[in-house]
Amino acid sequence: MRHMLILGGGTAGTIMANKLAAALDERDWRITVVDETEEHYYQPGFLFVPFGTYRMREIVKPRRQYFPGRIKFIVSAIDRIEPEKKTVLLAGGEALRYDVLIIATGANIHPEQTEGLMDEEWGKSKFDFYTPKGAERLGQFFKTWQGGKLILSVTEMPIKCPVAPLEFLFLADAYFTKRGMRDKVDLQLVTPLSGAFTKPTSSRVLGEFLARKGVSVTPDFDLGRVDSKEKKLVAWDETEVGYDVLVSIPTNMGNACIARSRLGNELNFVPTNKETLQAEGLEDVFVIGDATNLPSSKAGSVAHFQADILFQNILEHIDGRPPVAHFDGHANCFIESGFGKGLLIDFNYETEPLPGEFPLPGVGPFSLLQESPINHYGKMMFRWVYWNLLLRGLELPIEAEMSMAGKRVQ
Amino acid sequence: METMNMAGKAIELDADGHLAHRGDWNEEVARALATQEGIPELTPQHWTVINFMRAVFDKEGDAPSIRRLTKESGVDTKTLYQLFPKGPAKRSAKIAGLPKPKGCI
Repeated sequence: MRHMLILGGGTAGTIMANKLAAALDERDWRITVVDETEEHYYQPGFLFVPFGTYRMREIVKPRRQYFPGRIKFIVSAIDRIEPEKKTVLLAGGEALRYDVLIIATGANIHPEQTEGLMDEEWGKSKFDFYTPKGAERLGQFFKTWQGGKLILSVTEMPIKCPVAPLEFLFLADAYFTKRGMRDKVDLQLVTPLSGAFTKPTSSRVLGEFLARKGVSVTPDFDLGRVDSKEKKLVAWDETEVGYDVLVSIPTNMGNACIARSRLGNELNFVPTNKETLQAEGLEDVFVIGDATNLPSSKAGSVAHFQADILFQNILEHIDGRPPVAHFDGHANCFIESGFGKGLLIDFNYETEPLPGEFPLPGVGPFSLLQESPINHYGKMMFRWVYWNLLLRGLELPIEAEMSMAGKRVQ
Repeated sequence: METMNMAGKAIELDADGHLAHRGDWNEEVARALATQEGIPELTPQHWTVINFMRAVFDKEGDAPSIRRLTKESGVDTKTLYQLFPKGPAKRSAKIAGLPKPKGCI
């Protein structure tokens, strides 16, 4: 009996568990998933909690509800991976031997990595919306806030869902407009990037969107420390930006078990072959989703596309053939732009987000890099797709490999 | 594609303004790129960083992040920002003749 061990029961781990449970013979393979917690949060929903669109209980479900009956689910922190012994040690000391290991341990925020960010003002004048608690606290705070200067600060790249800072600002613009206090709120983006986004065309288009909504941008700002007393951000080069309310996207890092296993880079992300998704130098170990060091977005759509590739490669691998399916870096992200509209971007390692139309049989077309109501419906509808189709590893009418259909090359 | 006259020859740049071909790089080109970035003189400490960037790129195919520079190059973060104001990782990569660091999108 061989053992397929999946570390992490989030988007990527759950999809893989479902796909493999359907494909691997029960007489030959047992499948185990390990995760630190019982709760599966629909992470794209965090963005909406501060603005009261979703309540936290609407975006959380038990992880085990999404695993087929044959999957063994262990709730435990992971101490470390010992690839030379093909063993994973759990926090309680239990050792799990594997034949094939999938690392899907994700990424989380680490405000403690920045001097002065996480002190007694954390949760009072400084917030995050990347954790359930953070998003709820910010929602509570907004209910009675009278206005002032709100800074959305990106500490350093990479971050999960790189469009989230922009969406947050678009939604904040709509939220404070609806509350009749937009004139009392100064919205600003402070980012280490040179513009609103990474790639030239989308950075320009999204930058124009921010300007139209009255959001100013401070680019190239590398946050060195936060001064809570003076309420200011101080960059490494000593330039400063003051705030009344700081919404921080702190440093994102991979799971600490990756560091303990000495398998990660400086941010605990696992060096991964960008095409085959095999861990560099480790034949029986594969990595998927936010846990990788790949230059693709850390996003659920990426985990979903990677899952199609990884599934094929694992089947090849266990039959003793080299992995042949190649991940192209495909990402597909709806961007909420407020007032019931949204944008969509679709891109990969080589092709930057381009304007045009995104054909989707039965539903689309969605508009690419342009605002439209259908994109907003796409985003809101996605929560249902996520729980009912995506996590269960079912076929969606969207290919793992990016298509140029409908895209207008600049 | 843009070209620029540096160190006595026309050198091709990519969309980000970095060298299109690593082979065009030499120390003289580095000095020209530095001047363009507003760094009039490359000190030995600048060269420590530039050489570290090049070594990591040769080995791994991408330039290191600022976090890794701090951890491994022997130059602390504060000093890195003094040497390469406004973005040591990006600027030292450019001067080292490397493409813009991939980071993440």
